[in-house]
Amino acid sequence: MDSFFSVLDATIRVATPLVLAALAGLFSERSGIVDLALEGKMLAAAFAAACVAYMMQSPWAGLAAGMAAGVMVALLHGIVSIGYNGNQLISGVALNMMVSGLTPVLALAWFQQGGRTPTLDDAARFRSIELPFADAIAASAPLKALFGHNILVYLAVLVIVVVSWVVYKSRFGLRLRAVGENPHAADAAGINVKLVRYLAQSISGALCGVAGAYLVLAQTGAFIQDMTAGKGYLALAALIFGKWRPWAAVSGCLLFAFTDAIQIRLQGSALPLIGSIPDAFIQAIPYVLTVVLLAGFMGKAVAPKAIGVPFVKSR
Amino acid sequence: MSQPSNLPRWATLWLMPVLNLFAALLVSGLVITLIGEDPVECLQLMINGAFGYPEGIGYTLFYTTSFIFTGLAVAAAFHAGLFNIGGEGQMYLAGLGVTLVCLGLDFLPGWVVIPLALLASMVFGAAWAFIPGYLQAKRGSHIVVTTIMFNFIASALMTWLLVDKLIMPGSQTPATRLFAESAWIPMLHELAANLGIELPQTPLNATFFLALISLVVFYLMVWRSRWGYTLRTVGLNEKAARYAGMPVSKVIIVAMCFSGALAGLAAVNELLGSTHRMNLAFTNGIGFVGIAVALMGRNHPFGILLSALLFGALTQGGLDLSFERPAITHEMIILTQGLIILFCGALENLFQTPLALAFKQMTKR
Amino acid sequence: MAELAIELTGVNKYFGEVHANKNISFAVAKGSIHGIIGENGAGKSTLMSILYGYYQADSGSIRLNGQEVRIRNSHDAIARGIGMVHQHFMLVDTFTVLENIVLGAEQGVALKQSLLAARDHLAALNRDYGLQVDPDAIVGELGVGEQQRVEILKALYRGADVLILDEPTAVLTPQEADDLFRILGLLKAQGKTVLLITHKLREVLDITDAVTVMRAGEIVGNVVTAEVGKEDLADLMVGRKVNLQLDKTPATPGKTVLQVSNLSLTDARGVKLLDDVSFELREGEIVGIAGVSGNGQSELLEILSGMREASAGSVRYNGTELTTLPTREPKAAAYRRLGIAHVPEDRSREGLVKDFSTFENAILGYHDDPAIQRGLLFNRKAIIERCRRFISEFDVRPANAFRRSGLFSGGNQQKVILAREIDSDPQLMLIGQPTRGVDIGAIEFIHKRLMALRNAGKALLLVSVELDEILALSDRIIVMNAGRVSGELPAAQATATELGLLMGGHK
Repeated sequence: MDSFFSVLDATIRVATPLVLAALAGLFSERSGIVDLALEGKMLAAAFAAACVAYMMQSPWAGLAAGMAAGVMVALLHGIVSIGYNGNQLISGVALNMMVSGLTPVLALAWFQQGGRTPTLDDAARFRSIELPFADAIAASAPLKALFGHNILVYLAVLVIVVVSWVVYKSRFGLRLRAVGENPHAADAAGINVKLVRYLAQSISGALCGVAGAYLVLAQTGAFIQDMTAGKGYLALAALIFGKWRPWAAVSGCLLFAFTDAIQIRLQGSALPLIGSIPDAFIQAIPYVLTVVLLAGFMGKAVAPKAIGVPFVKSR
Repeated sequence: MSQPSNLPRWATLWLMPVLNLFAALLVSGLVITLIGEDPVECLQLMINGAFGYPEGIGYTLFYTTSFIFTGLAVAAAFHAGLFNIGGEGQMYLAGLGVTLVCLGLDFLPGWVVIPLALLASMVFGAAWAFIPGYLQAKRGSHIVVTTIMFNFIASALMTWLLVDKLIMPGSQTPATRLFAESAWIPMLHELAANLGIELPQTPLNATFFLALISLVVFYLMVWRSRWGYTLRTVGLNEKAARYAGMPVSKVIIVAMCFSGALAGLAAVNELLGSTHRMNLAFTNGIGFVGIAVALMGRNHPFGILLSALLFGALTQGGLDLSFERPAITHEMIILTQGLIILFCGALENLFQTPLALAFKQMTKR
Repeated sequence: MAELAIELTGVNKYFGEVHANKNISFAVAKGSIHGIIGENGAGKSTLMSILYGYYQADSGSIRLNGQEVRIRNSHDAIARGIGMVHQHFMLVDTFTVLENIVLGAEQGVALKQSLLAARDHLAALNRDYGLQVDPDAIVGELGVGEQQRVEILKALYRGADVLILDEPTAVLTPQEADDLFRILGLLKAQGKTVLLITHKLREVLDITDAVTVMRAGEIVGNVVTAEVGKEDLADLMVGRKVNLQLDKTPATPGKTVLQVSNLSLTDARGVKLLDDVSFELREGEIVGIAGVSGNGQSELLEILSGMREASAGSVRYNGTELTTLPTREPKAAAYRRLGIAHVPEDRSREGLVKDFSTFENAILGYHDDPAIQRGLLFNRKAIIERCRRFISEFDVRPANAFRRSGLFSGGNQQKVILAREIDSDPQLMLIGQPTRGVDIGAIEFIHKRLMALRNAGKALLLVSVELDEILALSDRIIVMNAGRVSGELPAAQATATELGLLMGGHK
């Protein structure tokens, strides 16, 4: 029973950045802009958060810096895709590469630690929040799994609720979805399509910013080269897996995080009938599931109709 | 994939890539300045590292070889209107094919094993590209997402194979045992020695010639054959392709297989020509460089040759530079690579519109 | 004098060198239903786009209710009380009716308020106009008539005083069309102004108060409906022709080459794009299919050329049933082998690849021809020779086989396509809009070649929206309207007026 809660604990920890990144992707893609750059935004945010948190000895400053970095990369993607009607797929791939290359170079130049940033002191990180009965919580596995997390985790939960409301119950959300499904209809209704898309990019950047900042401020305590290690793509996969809907995407993230969490626990141990499953197979599950979904074997994965197509007023 | 252009052909083929390269180098130079180094000096060191001495040239050409293959791979898919990001995974699986042949058939003489290994690399690479291609053609699954997923699946699969199955017994590092020498592709300096010429020892090997031949074969296939004609038609105008009675789905699938096979040949350069064993993550980003090479080379073999050479020089020059200036690591090259992809692939309108206007003005007079 | 809801004076619009709207001046009385009729390319849609803010006029003025205004975008137009029901509906298929209506006119940050208010308002609109629609239905699942009602409701919800309807009955059944007119009548009674863009004469005569006739970008008539008859309108719409005198020897048709029987095509929504079409085509004759575009002609060509499957009916070509032809290759390729050539309507998007050189386009569809292969590769010399032959025989200018096809003028592009299709020595030629966007000199040349083919015993099926062309070339004329054959007559007996009436579905 104990191991169940420790797996739950680990799952929530791993899922948090995925959830934030997946929701970031949601905004971008729902507005009609393909978002392959989740990885790059997260990485840029992680770097910025690590630098600023170190310099100002404050996790909140780091968080703000992370969000700013995420927004910057997102707007760059926006300018290329919306302003110049460029190829969104290539832009995303290029941005990921650029961030991957730039961050360790800057880290080396500024901190001389071989491409990483200095490890943050406790004061500059997000630790488990101090609740009353802290000792009791730490001792009990179930309580620890639910209440022993750092503040960003609870922030992420709040974000899920807010995002869900915004996308389906707010004016902006209606316009966002309209622009992604049929930008010409939105245009006919008097909506500024490009503006809505830029706003969506900014939100996407901010959320990726939190995700990237989390990796540093709540997990590792330092920026390490390429530390996102494919999480941005996992988040995209979860988004597709969740058919571009917030709660479904979150379930996807939890599922993928779960496979990560049990991978270590299953290492070496044999399951009934199947024998021991290699780590690699478990690691590959999220990617295989996404392909299966895209192949149409798990119901239709219908992207927002106008996605990837630059909006050009044509009559 | 391609946009009809208002510029004369020579401008699209030559001027634009040069402008894009210049822009990418400019931004890179800014970053170099930002971290306190002298960009002009760095450029000089890089050029010297790549071309300034025979050993450097050898390494440059060795890297160029792999980049030619992955560049051709991406270009082949682009000609059909597909963005194949799966080069890494396809190359990785091709490596598996090579390894299986070389480890399993090493009792056979070299002149049997090496062609078989070449064939295996192409077949395995094509197979890994086949599924995403099929899914795109028949089920509309977006090829970019599926190939990204397949890269990760390949990574997981190969990690397992290398660590659990193919690892050299008794070793700690995830790598196979050395292939039998009969299966080694001769390095250039060895061949030269047979002719009495002394060349420095570099990994540059006979696969280089195969790459050059591939460039020619690619040209002939894509621009001078029926198959290439259908490929390009599907990529440029699917409606016209259907009008012309072309089997669009089939063309897409075959194009992806062709692409995967080409990416696979890069594995031959690395494994049979250089390391003579397969180790973890030997693909090392070569598949992604292919994207930059194809975009900058405008998907044409001559452009790809020049771009691959450029990136070979960037890689070798970059390595040398990182010795002289430790602050400028290999990652700097990755930044430049990303910038080139951005400018060449996504920001075509940035230069094209003002250039088109300029041309219009000039031709008006 | 009735107050003028809209007054346009001297409005001009250029797209590059194309003068889409030439010096447009007309007025629309408030509280009236005003028709705007004209054939394709007359400039009606461009004009309405200017009124709705999608484009800005290059010169001229627009007055709304006597006041000169500047309409910079759709937002402005809506704010000024102009609503538009587009020909291709501007609706988000995945949204509900309520969400579509509220889009762009939401009050407040939360949707709940707006949706409640809209629900009430919709109930009121239903009361007043009988515009019945389920507010919670998903728009994508509604029938076409209902979707159009949503478009109208959307405009009314935004407080439109002027309602522009662009070809509203193009996708409606007769009953749905009548229902629409009833609604328009109610709107008029409430003092709203309606602009009805259409090519259907019956509609114009039945419900409009005044009509503006456009042709080739200009206004050719402003009339009061009660004072004109259908023939006058038909005349105005199609205009007096350039006399394309062709030496037309009487046709001596041979055996039947093509037999189309009860051909029908229904799309995914259940709309009948082709409805029980039957006709025959013989060797040595030209059958012209006349009609305003969008009445099934394109779909007919697609089926006959193998690019689309029919829902029902049969197509026999020299006795072979084409609809059930067993073939391993795409049908379009198989048909070519059988001797059916196709000059597509959408020349630049289907008939050639703009980025290819001329010599590469010269073999489009015929790339498998053994005559141009040499081993595994193309016989490049043979291809270029063939292209050069096309260029000289068809006087293509500039005479450069290596020039990118996209750079040639429309006429020269068409000549290459025609040369290519004729060169394969087909028995049946399907030709769509052969002279659209082509200069006069090239038109003459193309027409002469088509006549020559007919005289040589080929069977030609010509689809064109240009009545002059149909009248000049055809031996027999078939008119299509709303997917059906609305009339068939020998060319010698056809007049422009008669054809105009048939095209307008009047008979």
